[in-house]
Amino acid sequence: MSSRFDRGARNISGCGLSGMMSLRGERVSGTAIRESIAILHDRSNGLGGGFAAYGIYPERAEQFALHIMYYSPQAQELTEEALEAGFDVVHDERLPTRPSRHIADPPALMRYFVSPRRARLAEAGLTAEDYVLERVMHINAGIEGAFVFSSGKNMGAFKAVGYAEDVADFFRLDEYRANIWIAHGRFPTNTPGWWAGAHPFTLLDWAVVHNGEISSYGINRRYLEMFGYRCTMRTDTEVIAYLLDLLIRRHELPVELACDILAAPFWKHIEELPEPRRTLYRALRRTYGSALVNGPFAIIFGRQGEMVGLNDRIKLRPLVAARKDDWLYLSSEEAGIRAMCPDPDLVWAPPAGHPVIGRVGSDRVVGEPGGALAPAGAGPACTGAQEETP
Amino acid sequence: MTTTSTGGDGERARPAATAPRAVRAPLYRPPEFRWEHDPERCARCKRCLQQCGFRAISWQDGPVADPALCVGCHRCEAFCPQQAITIRPNPQYLRPHSLWSEAHRRNLWLQAETGGVLLTGMGNDLPYPILWDHLLLDACQVTNPSIDPLREPMELRTHLGAAPDRLEVAWEGGRPELRTEMPPVLELETPIVFAAMSYGSISLHAQKALAMAAEECGILWNTGEGGLHADLRPYAHRAFVQCASGRFGVTPEYLQAGAAIEIKIGQGAKPGIGGHLPGEKVSQQVSETRMIPAGSDALSPAPQHDIYSIEDLRQLIYALKEATAYQKPVSVKIAAVHNVAAIASGIVRAGADIIYLDGFRGGTGAAPTVIRDHLGIPIEIAVAVVDQQLREEGIRQRASIIAAGGIRSSADAAKAIALGADAVAIGTGALLALGCTLCQKCYTGRCSWGIATQDPALTRRLDPYLGSLRLANLIRAWSAELEEILGAMGLNAIESLRGSRERLRGLGLDRATLDILGVKPAGVGA
Repeated sequence: MSSRFDRGARNISGCGLSGMMSLRGERVSGTAIRESIAILHDRSNGLGGGFAAYGIYPERAEQFALHIMYYSPQAQELTEEALEAGFDVVHDERLPTRPSRHIADPPALMRYFVSPRRARLAEAGLTAEDYVLERVMHINAGIEGAFVFSSGKNMGAFKAVGYAEDVADFFRLDEYRANIWIAHGRFPTNTPGWWAGAHPFTLLDWAVVHNGEISSYGINRRYLEMFGYRCTMRTDTEVIAYLLDLLIRRHELPVELACDILAAPFWKHIEELPEPRRTLYRALRRTYGSALVNGPFAIIFGRQGEMVGLNDRIKLRPLVAARKDDWLYLSSEEAGIRAMCPDPDLVWAPPAGHPVIGRVGSDRVVGEPGGALAPAGAGPACTGAQEETP
Repeated sequence: MTTTSTGGDGERARPAATAPRAVRAPLYRPPEFRWEHDPERCARCKRCLQQCGFRAISWQDGPVADPALCVGCHRCEAFCPQQAITIRPNPQYLRPHSLWSEAHRRNLWLQAETGGVLLTGMGNDLPYPILWDHLLLDACQVTNPSIDPLREPMELRTHLGAAPDRLEVAWEGGRPELRTEMPPVLELETPIVFAAMSYGSISLHAQKALAMAAEECGILWNTGEGGLHADLRPYAHRAFVQCASGRFGVTPEYLQAGAAIEIKIGQGAKPGIGGHLPGEKVSQQVSETRMIPAGSDALSPAPQHDIYSIEDLRQLIYALKEATAYQKPVSVKIAAVHNVAAIASGIVRAGADIIYLDGFRGGTGAAPTVIRDHLGIPIEIAVAVVDQQLREEGIRQRASIIAAGGIRSSADAAKAIALGADAVAIGTGALLALGCTLCQKCYTGRCSWGIATQDPALTRRLDPYLGSLRLANLIRAWSAELEEILGAMGLNAIESLRGSRERLRGLGLDRATLDILGVKPAGVGA
């Protein structure tokens, strides 16, 4: 980056979101999710669209699937040297695309299936995940014109500058089959028009799509830097992905509690909790105050076998959820849900700070009204305190 | 100690090591103030005579002021029932000179007469740049909504003390259970505390007003180094009890009584300088509180004589923690000096739970003028570099930061927090709320407003209860303003502002200063 101010430059945006998952793990093509995000067309402005799909590479589920975009042959050369040095590259290929007049000037798009080299792993003294994370950060921050935009196992992110439905066609998503689909159409208020800035933002098998502006970005970022994360993507959404990685993977906190950190319950609600949960929630806010994501947001994030929808603590952006049989749907608008599923059994608006969590293999959805699991309507959003063991 | 009184304008000077020979015939030093009295309006009630703590007014068939003794505290003016008194700066009393300011000439003449070190009170009054006035806060427009604090919850609650880097949570019986033992913590309802002001430097009434207000507002006051007077014991649970170089009044009970313990290494107004309460101010009450003989000088050595390096500080921190069974957070107060970031890092690694940074504009009851005016660095810089250093070392969670020394308004407080402070401390601001007019004569012990004096005739002018109401109002007003600021920024919890320098912009600052503050110039977007 050319100046110290570029380093922090980021885009703020309004957006449309959609997500669908099969609680049984059934895999479907990207046709339905494309329809959903297409109907939210007006929530985006053609400056970014993207998808995350889980379960799409079952035959290579053991390797990390790296999706990388290159803006120059040199970037590709340098990156591939770095990959060869650090990984066994089991397979590499161009990401299949369908030329489209709606998608202009695509960078070179490559896909690699890799395993960390044992010797390098031992040398570094890291877990495979931390090693991949470190290499990804290294490429994204250190190699001009190369961006790893997907790095999980048996999942992939697809994104571009354009409307989301055109992005789906460009990446031929009708040819993939996934048990979780997450989509995003972007409305940035300014943009350098670059592909890596589109959503989803991913890290290992985390994928996040986000409608909102993080008013606490400054401190969230500085907090993450203490743990070695470097924000390079010029989009505030990346801090959410890093926070999830820190809280859930590295600090081994349950997803419910991570949600209660990102959209922390108010002190007045914490004071109403019985012990020992009150002590727990006081400790969460004391310890993770800098991880509170303040400002308007609706997010959908996924990892292998899990999809979560979450609003900010006072619900300043829309998010609607629905159930139909073994399917869980999330969208910015009910219209987005009905595009995927015309007659859902149940449609509800999750209250501020109350996550909706679907898990493959469990028929129960956390945050679903009617169940004993979470109260509908506004109440203290202490999800981890109300839920039973995941 | 022989304090040389020079008559003149009430300035005093402390003699240097080589005995000075006072020159009895003073040089001409024109008065700083003009005391004007309208005999037409005067009711001849003599109230001005009673009110002047500096004995500047005498009666010669009507009030007559010795303008050389007037310090411009405005007490007589405020209490004249007829509004017959006006005090104004003595205009153009010396020929202007941009190099040899009036202050330089005045100080030089005084030293020529006394051979002493000049003393002063309150904070640095020289026109150094004030960085607060070059920092601007962000606000929401369109892309993120602002939040109305009158309609939506707004959280200012602040915790001071160490926090772990991470929590360990286990699932027990279907519920999350905290496995991490949390260190002791102080809980404040708003990110403001009262700065350390000892009984001795200020009156018991003033200290009691602070204590009562702290209790009412859910914040903390600070005993300073003068011990804890028996009357204030009921308020000790909202106090930092200070352990300074003189160790006045430090007993196990004292340490147990406080909410937290503060080791005072330095003070912004006088970094590297100890304290000296003259024997004449050590009344029976002060004597009992400080545990020293009445009438003896109370000397606070410049360094703590059991702390000659960082490892010694560690020993004291842990001695105090041992003495209080690890139930009290320990704060270490230092003056902001050039190497403050590295020093602060050492202090955190030595086990401090709170680091109290006092900028070079911090106030004092008495300090050599040359020290007050020329040593140290601004708190704006100190907070920024300490917060950054602790983050770079990954130890920011291990201690909270209190910023002090020149916090004048809720805006300064918000900017300090955005730079990285957990809370701010206010001393001068609190005394202003009690009626102080910043005449800077605290060191004379003659405060007409009953704040910085031990003279019963003067101290009784300050009603602790009424004083506490004013202080509580001030805290309430600043808190409401902080909520307005947060709402405009689209935030509803103070921790989302803390250290969020992205929400600050610099105006008219040079590149080096911007870099040190970690702030972008105004005009640069997200």
